[in-house]
Amino acid sequence: MAVDKNMNILVVDDYQTMVRIIKNLLNQIGFTNVDEASDGKEALSRVGSKQYGLIISDWNMEPMTGLELLKTIRTSEEYYSDVPFIMVTAESKTENVIIAKQAGVNNYVVKPFNAETLKGKIAAVLGEF
Amino acid sequence: MGKAYERGQVVEIIHSVIDKMEVSGASVDLFQQIKELAESINKLKSDISQGGAYHLKNKDIPEATDELDAVVDATAEATNAIMNACEEIEKIAEKAGVKGISDETGKIYEACSFQDITGQRITKVIQTFKVIDSKVSHIMSVLKEQVGPIACLPEVEDVDPDDDSRLLNGPQMADKAVSQEDIDKILAEFDN
Repeated sequence: MAVDKNMNILVVDDYQTMVRIIKNLLNQIGFTNVDEASDGKEALSRVGSKQYGLIISDWNMEPMTGLELLKTIRTSEEYYSDVPFIMVTAESKTENVIIAKQAGVNNYVVKPFNAETLKGKIAAVLGEF
Repeated sequence: MGKAYERGQVVEIIHSVIDKMEVSGASVDLFQQIKELAESINKLKSDISQGGAYHLKNKDIPEATDELDAVVDATAEATNAIMNACEEIEKIAEKAGVKGISDETGKIYEACSFQDITGQRITKVIQTFKVIDSKVSHIMSVLKEQVGPIACLPEVEDVDPDDDSRLLNGPQMADKAVSQEDIDKILAEFDN
């Protein structure tokens, strides 16, 4: 099934520069309905009001981390708990990757990354586009 | 054995000392301040003996300067990549006969000068850390005789499995970082 490029995507990062980079990348590959949040708590409020086809989130944010956001979504009956979730983070320890996977992350991109890597991980999660 | 005093004589002596302090202008407040200073020194000795200064000198300060060095290296690398790309854009624009590009790339070159300024500022901070490091070393050596061998903090700390804050480590140094390729392999093992 072809990927719906009109889907809503949520980008979560406390660094506006990173949000801008990811949004520009998504626009380049045809995804134009991109919302943003600066931390997990703000993301959660957005998730509660709109259905997203993909969430791309940083890990290290306050007051709610990307891991806490992921766990909350995956264990909630209120939100779309199966929403594809890609962690894009500088946290690169093996323990972090394992814990994120156990919490239900669909893919994990370590910063710094290039456009091809992020595109590849999005395609791996959503399907080729 | 020294001379034994009656309780009443001791009280008289104490009152005499206090009276002399008040007469000479040495107030009880000054005595209190000296006492508080002595307590501060004792606390400093206690802090040093518990390994705080050792940890600061051998872990915290070196890690901080390493991180700052990594910042300077990373921004320099990124700036070079930006300027290389700009040069390629200018070449392509020139071949294609497109005008106006060099004005815009010129602005990018100017903006890239941030790396020079931030690099200098960070270098100043690193030098400040080195000054702090030498001061800590001096304090440790001065008090070493009074405190005894400087204790080290235990290498292993109790880990609360429900506390995820230990996972917030930020970017790793290049020689310790796990690559995207390694991460992909870890994730793939879950799918097998």
